[in-house]
Amino acid sequence: MRATGHVFKYGDNVDTDVIIPARYLNSFDAQELASHAMADIDPEFVNKVKPGDLIVANKNFGCGSSREHAPLCLKTAGVSCVIAETFARIFYRNAINIGLPIIECPEAAKGIEAGDEVEVDFDSGKIYNRTKGTEFQGQPFPEFMQKLIAAGGLVKYTNSKK
Amino acid sequence: MGMTMTQKILAAHAGLDSVTAGQLIEAKLDVVMANDITGPMALPIFKEMAEKVYDKDKVVLVPDHFTPNKDIKSAENSKAIREFAREQGLTWYFEQGKSGVEHAILPEAGVVVGGECIIGADSHTCTYGALGAFSTGVGTTDIATGMATGELWFKVPSAIKFVLTGKPGAYVSGKDIIIHIIGKIGVDGALYKSMEFTGDGIANLSMDDRFTMANMAIEAGAKNGIFPVDEKAEAYMKEHSKKEYKIYEADADAEYDEVVEIDLAKVRPTVAFPHLPGNAKTIDEIEAMEPIKINQVVIGSCTNGRMEDMRKAAAILKGRTVHQDVRVMVIPATQKIYKQCIAEGLLDIFVDAGCAVNTPSCGPCMGGHMGVMAAGERCVSTTNRNFVGRMGHVDSLIYLASPEVAAASAIAGCIANPEKVGDR
Repeated sequence: MRATGHVFKYGDNVDTDVIIPARYLNSFDAQELASHAMADIDPEFVNKVKPGDLIVANKNFGCGSSREHAPLCLKTAGVSCVIAETFARIFYRNAINIGLPIIECPEAAKGIEAGDEVEVDFDSGKIYNRTKGTEFQGQPFPEFMQKLIAAGGLVKYTNSKK
Repeated sequence: MGMTMTQKILAAHAGLDSVTAGQLIEAKLDVVMANDITGPMALPIFKEMAEKVYDKDKVVLVPDHFTPNKDIKSAENSKAIREFAREQGLTWYFEQGKSGVEHAILPEAGVVVGGECIIGADSHTCTYGALGAFSTGVGTTDIATGMATGELWFKVPSAIKFVLTGKPGAYVSGKDIIIHIIGKIGVDGALYKSMEFTGDGIANLSMDDRFTMANMAIEAGAKNGIFPVDEKAEAYMKEHSKKEYKIYEADADAEYDEVVEIDLAKVRPTVAFPHLPGNAKTIDEIEAMEPIKINQVVIGSCTNGRMEDMRKAAAILKGRTVHQDVRVMVIPATQKIYKQCIAEGLLDIFVDAGCAVNTPSCGPCMGGHMGVMAAGERCVSTTNRNFVGRMGHVDSLIYLASPEVAAASAIAGCIANPEKVGDR
């Protein structure tokens, strides 16, 4: 599986409060949440994002609240992949569980700028910066997580064990 | 190689003799908790997997974030988990009026005890590590799976050992210590790891201090924070719970990524400046700056809404008046604490000083209701996060502090040193 799109770039410690502020958490409707994605860090994000676009960030992406609304709103807004130096652990779990592809890759986080066109090959973990003509190798998922992803997320994995 | 305290609890719940850091395991769950934000979202996911919860005594629902309900949508969400709790016959459903903030009510009601493996669909679930439990926050799909199966996958964490020595000063409490620690290691300083607290200084920390510290382990990125079970912890659990607790101790040869020593006597009243819980500044550094004028003070939350917090704030506010430019919200974290505040005359002290006293709720902590801020406003808050927009407008500012610093600031109208207001 591959994804291609333009990059929205952010810094360290992008927390789930800025990804989807709590004032919108009285709903868990995916479309409604998506209409407020990144509201408190980048109000223009929802107007600019196109299906397939990627988010690239530095350290500790998705820190703070455990709200699964955060990866859900990004996925529904059309984000095909989040690449970061590191992810906060609850966001990491939530993204895998709902099927939002994420890749840890410090080199890519440094070597990709806002607006770059980037292609990701999820099978190999390879990240290609088409704008700059560079490529990076993301961290592969541990085997257990690959099983989860292959099953289509935690719910399907759980049901497959019955 | 020996195991850390956390690794021992995880091994026992995975049915394994031993585990090592990085290993992926599936562990049995003793408590699975969700609230009025994460619970309703989990219900349709749960129904894809099961009709009945795996154990009606172990699945716990606490409406506390947007309660008493702030709008129609939040009322619908609370209704959904209320009806689910009834339909499933859950033993532990905490309705408004008999409830409180989840991480204060669960230990108080004896739902969680030491040695257990606990997940909650709320990042501050790490609070119960104060009782010697493995306890961690997860998202909605994880919690739905836990409700259905009573099991969940975990990556066994490595750990940082914090050796606490000495006795904290008169106006230093768990909040100052944990902000000091996060300031030292950074907001991702314990990413994916356990924070294991040890050392003879722990004997000088009350249970409420420990709950506050374990609560904020997530603010350093940690998977969990955990304290050894000593006499104080055992006394607390015997007083509050009928459940049997189990004591786990780290092996003498357990391996740690890092050992950090903290002399509690040297920790000063410490405030986290916007917009990260790790932006720690001591009260002495703050006193050397231009005064930071404030508009609001919040005393409450899962971090600092417990009885000792109320007493400490009241001791400062007693016989004094809140500054004319400041609005103060005091929010006892549970009904029991609220009632104790009445019995001890603390509510009179708060109201006479000019504070609004609210019913137990997460309230303004996450910008929900009961104290949301306008653009340009500043708040000294005993809560746990000071992210951009956390308590309202994106241009409002939050300074995280102890109840004593918050109370002293409420009187002064700017961030203030409780040592100069109190009389200890």
